[in-house]
Amino acid sequence: MRPPRPLGVMWRICPRLRDRGRGLLNRPSSDPTGSMWPRPTPRPPARAYVPPTERKRFYQNVSISQGEGGFEINLDHRKLKTPQAKLFTVPSEALAIAVATEWDSQQDTIKFYTMHLTTLCNTSLDNPTQRNKDQMIRAAVKFLDTDTICYRVEEPETLVELQKNEWDPVIEWAEKRYGVEIGSSTSIMGPSIPTQTREVLTSHLSSYNMWALQGIEFVVAQLKSMVLTLGLIDRRLTVEQAVLLSRLEEEYQIQKWGNIEWAHDYELQELRARTAAGTLFVHLCLESSTVKHKLLQE
Amino acid sequence: MAALGSPARTLRGLLRELRYLDAASGRPYRDTAAYRYLVKAFRAHRVTSEKLCRAQHELHFQAATYLCLLRSVRQHVALHQEFHGKGERSVEESAGLVGLQLPQQPGGKGWEP
Repeated sequence: MRPPRPLGVMWRICPRLRDRGRGLLNRPSSDPTGSMWPRPTPRPPARAYVPPTERKRFYQNVSISQGEGGFEINLDHRKLKTPQAKLFTVPSEALAIAVATEWDSQQDTIKFYTMHLTTLCNTSLDNPTQRNKDQMIRAAVKFLDTDTICYRVEEPETLVELQKNEWDPVIEWAEKRYGVEIGSSTSIMGPSIPTQTREVLTSHLSSYNMWALQGIEFVVAQLKSMVLTLGLIDRRLTVEQAVLLSRLEEEYQIQKWGNIEWAHDYELQELRARTAAGTLFVHLCLESSTVKHKLLQE
Repeated sequence: MAALGSPARTLRGLLRELRYLDAASGRPYRDTAAYRYLVKAFRAHRVTSEKLCRAQHELHFQAATYLCLLRSVRQHVALHQEFHGKGERSVEESAGLVGLQLPQQPGGKGWEP
């Protein structure tokens, strides 16, 4: 049965995200990148395109405080709530500070499409598509079948070389690190992932909590690759490197044919922002306990 | 291994990003919780002399990721403002693109109220 649609889907103001969100919502598995914010007001009928009314920045100060469930964000004196009106609490102080900085950096109007960490926290708190851990892990492992760095072209020669030189080391690292077989393929059916690989990765992913899994799924959806996401989580790749590897063919074409700032750079920065947010989210959700230990030992 | 560079460079980049952000709230960036947290975290982890300290590497990676996030969000917004934020041209401007002008009818067009 299809999971229920998220309530009050608001198409973000950015037109590129509008199409992407709509396209991805047609899949049965949910897309955590789809915006979950309710629309502020209906769009006025006008002959020229008028952007929907944007919320102005209605607060002066942003601060964090520690409640019983975790850390909370205060906008002036009001507590921040999720789109489903739950209290916004995060387990990690660093994450709370980062979210507060996001809210604090809004000038005049609030641009929700730049607040990636806030969106991730909201999705984790609300879980609007109500998926459980198994469904998420299955969706993530399924991505291996269409993993970007396993899908190779056969021509032009230079691109084949480039893919081999850049992507093969990462696949080898992943195979060695997890003791699995992944391989790459040029066929249209994609790589054939053995069952043992799936099992190993499923059991590895089930050691992460729900919040971290939301982050992981987000990054996988952005980079279109499970292997690159594993590289990011294990700190084998930096965000810039992972994004470059994900966009390898695009970069190749840009070098050949030229760069278009308002399209290529725009997409690059957006991809970097989202991947960085997802990676940071995963790491902060994982390691809240280790930080406390270190302080206690001193 | 990940090409992270030196922690000092990452810290400097982070402080610069925070400086750009403080234009929004008007408060100096040294007041913000983010600045205090970052400085405290970097100082606390600087003490170990061991080069392969794992916690240090973890913190540095997180800091580099956060720096990438702040930088790319800022550049994304700047690109959006410059190229996609202007809305549609008015009818007069569109006509002006091809060298035409809208006709002027002093009596008003018949179908306008």
